Amino acid sequence: MKEPLVYEISSPGRIGVNLPECDVEEAPLPQEFLRKHLALPEVSEVDLIRHYTRLSQLNHGVDKGFYPLGSCTMKYNPKVNEDVARLPGFVHTHPYQASRTVQGNLFLMYHLQEFLKEISGFSAVSLQPAAGAHGELAGVLMIRAYHESRGDHRRTRMLIPDSAHGTNPASTTMAGYETIKIVSDARGNVSLDDLHAHCDDTVAGMMLTNPNTLGLFDEYVLDIARMIHECGGLLYGDGANLNAIMGIVKPEQLGFDVMHFNLHKTFSTPHGGGGPGAGPVGASENLAPFLPGPIVVIERVDEVSEADEAWDEEGYCYQLRMPESSIGRLKAFYGNFGVCLKAYTYIRMLGATGLRQVSEHAVLNANYLLNRLKDVYPLPYDRTCMHEFVLSGTLPGAPGVHTVDIAKRLMDFGFHPPTVYFPLIVPEALMIEPTETESKETLDAFADALIQIAREAREDPELLTTAPHVTPVARLDEVGAARTPVLHCLKD
Amino acid sequence: MSYIPTTDADRAAMLRVIGVETVEELFGDVPEAVRYPEVKLPRRLSEPEALRELREISEYNVDLDHAPCFLGAGAYRHFVPSVVGHVIGRSEFYTAYTPYQPEISQGTLQIIFEYQSMICALTGMDAANASHYDGATALAEALVMAVSASRGKRRKVVMSAGVHPEYRAVVRTYTQGAEITVAGDQDGVSEVGALAEMVDADAACVIVQNPDFLGYLESPSALRALADTVHAAGALLVVSADPIALGLIAPPGDYGADIVCGEGQALGGGLSFGGPYLGYFACVTKYLHKMAGRIVGQTVDRHGDRGFVLTLSAREQHIRREKASSNICSNEALMALAAAVYMTALGKSGLRKVAELCYHKAHYAANRLSALPGYELLSERPFFKEFPLRCPRPVSEINEYLLDEWGIVGGYDLERNYPHMANTMLVCVTEMNSKEEIDLLVEALSSMEEGA
Repeated sequence: MKEPLVYEISSPGRIGVNLPECDVEEAPLPQEFLRKHLALPEVSEVDLIRHYTRLSQLNHGVDKGFYPLGSCTMKYNPKVNEDVARLPGFVHTHPYQASRTVQGNLFLMYHLQEFLKEISGFSAVSLQPAAGAHGELAGVLMIRAYHESRGDHRRTRMLIPDSAHGTNPASTTMAGYETIKIVSDARGNVSLDDLHAHCDDTVAGMMLTNPNTLGLFDEYVLDIARMIHECGGLLYGDGANLNAIMGIVKPEQLGFDVMHFNLHKTFSTPHGGGGPGAGPVGASENLAPFLPGPIVVIERVDEVSEADEAWDEEGYCYQLRMPESSIGRLKAFYGNFGVCLKAYTYIRMLGATGLRQVSEHAVLNANYLLNRLKDVYPLPYDRTCMHEFVLSGTLPGAPGVHTVDIAKRLMDFGFHPPTVYFPLIVPEALMIEPTETESKETLDAFADALIQIAREAREDPELLTTAPHVTPVARLDEVGAARTPVLHCLKD
Repeated sequence: MSYIPTTDADRAAMLRVIGVETVEELFGDVPEAVRYPEVKLPRRLSEPEALRELREISEYNVDLDHAPCFLGAGAYRHFVPSVVGHVIGRSEFYTAYTPYQPEISQGTLQIIFEYQSMICALTGMDAANASHYDGATALAEALVMAVSASRGKRRKVVMSAGVHPEYRAVVRTYTQGAEITVAGDQDGVSEVGALAEMVDADAACVIVQNPDFLGYLESPSALRALADTVHAAGALLVVSADPIALGLIAPPGDYGADIVCGEGQALGGGLSFGGPYLGYFACVTKYLHKMAGRIVGQTVDRHGDRGFVLTLSAREQHIRREKASSNICSNEALMALAAAVYMTALGKSGLRKVAELCYHKAHYAANRLSALPGYELLSERPFFKEFPLRCPRPVSEINEYLLDEWGIVGGYDLERNYPHMANTMLVCVTEMNSKEEIDLLVEALSSMEEGA
């Protein structure tokens, strides 16, 4: 039984909320401004709740089962974070309230900035960006502003490895730079030869994900940083894979000049069906003045106008300020504060030791799964991996089976499939990121399922090519959806 | 470690399978000189300690549950029905990610499809995406899209000074690497006729906000005339609109808008100190393939049953990389879900009623406040739920008095963005402000003058 559309359960005259009556004298409405018609559904509260509850049951989520979606860090997120994010003292604050009335919020943002600085080694952090890609745009604009501030206008090219997330080249274009692709070597590192061939005084910088999207820590990261810096460029870090290296190494010490954090991945905000996330940016000393703002600073009371703005006994208060040469605002207000709340809570509950344990277990779990599967699925880069690894779905003896079939069949076992067909440099890629929150039993069950599927691929390939079999809908026609787009259900 | 289930025995067994002795051996690729740095963070907290600390931090804020509030300016306090929190609090929704695998994501996908339908209904557009970060970034992406619709040939954007000041700042951040000229707003141009005069063969679009930042409404006929001029010049009309206002006033599709976007926080989202919010975005079919973000389409499964999938992804970064329409990946999907539940709960009559309540209460407040000695409305133009009020003294002074003596959070100080609007307060009144609260504000202001 499929769930009808909300418009299909609508009936004229129904409403799903009890609204107040008008308690003031009514003003005449400006008739020529008014709309004639509004096609919203009319649904009672009970029908509304049943509709959305039934729809929720058609979803897979981390709370329902394993979700090893590579590059997305689908870890279990502690429920206490949800409670914190709903505290009325945080939720019911307006972004334009006087700073003395939101010292709690500013305290939290300031200390989250400090925590992220300490974890990454950077000199300053801005919490402005609302997502990882938004942080990338900030970082590339900062690199641009840095070169411009030095009167260096020749630099128009951004070097990006062929294993990079698609957001990297897309962010580069938005910032007005040209993308230059750098190939990977046979061990999955950036090819130093290819990099050398492209390093010149037109290079604005390089965007490097480390560990990269193959789940491999680049063996030449220090050389890469040196080469980029020697040609006058800056090194951008895509922090998507920070979950592998907290307490293991600080990105700033590897030579990164600017990096975004994906708070929702590493620091535990549930992904919300596609967001919200948060993508704070950290910067080394030379790039810090260009950070997007405002950021939160701590000021002595005698430095601010109203003496009563002090929050703590020692006479400090927190204020929002624009960095000196800021690239500007990236969104209205101050970043995704609700997501920052969860990250703050998570870091407070884990401390430095706990964060290192997170990374160690993320890497342990990935290597364990890799070793359980590498004799069954081709492993293009046979090295110790970090928090994730990439297999190929080209199974020997099963020519008609593709990665998409393996992915769909995994659903019948109650697992969310890995990321598929990415990174682009591995044919039929299956990108698996187990995260630290999964038990050995879960990892074993997943490995057993993939091993069984590999057997089925040879013995009964149709079982895979017609999969999934037990999901709310069968395999969907995505080509047809794009050919004749039906994007809403309104009648006229 | 409470969130890591691995026991010592598990760890030993796993290391054996991997073929190493210790976890440290797995990090051999990390340069030794910088491996295992000292990380100085405060002592870790237990769950009850963390809850206590966070609650204590929250109590250093003045929260608006305990203070009548007349502050708006782009972030609005509207009633959020209980059903919204209960639905978005279902972890089947909030612990999923982007619905890349549609067969196990029909819940999220169908709701996005319904959300798109409701946004189209509200705006009068043909297609909507499943969200931008907020109203400001949605607007910035709208102008990038307008430039792209001209195949990059038109590089000028005419933007009204009536657009939210922070949105205009974000537009400048987004365009600083692209050779795009933004004209109009810095010279204070907001009048529809003056905007129309700035449209030439190099203009990609004209951007207006309705109601504008000051709360004023522009008439559909004036906007229709603007749209005609804009279209005749081969440019697009972009309208940023408060979705609550659209419960009452004509949808931008009626007067010829090509792209409609805005801040969707008012649709079931909390104030949350400015985020996460929701950038809603919709356009006419003609520009569909230039739109950024996730789009859900209806299709069928292999048995012919209806289902929903992410579609038209050939626009997106994971396929098109440097040629993508935007870099957006993670968005504000959960806030879009909240908006869908909100619009369902209120429905056709409820959204209209909320909009009317805002309108009537704001006008009641405007009448009473402007009757106070020394106070007057900045103009007689029609407005929705906000209006600029000229005051006899600096707004900062008034707001301090209101908070300290009466526990009231006053309106927005327009001098922050408009130097010529000294002593002018942008007062916001929604359905959350009772008559008693409005009367209290009037009483407070009049007693301030008596005491002065």
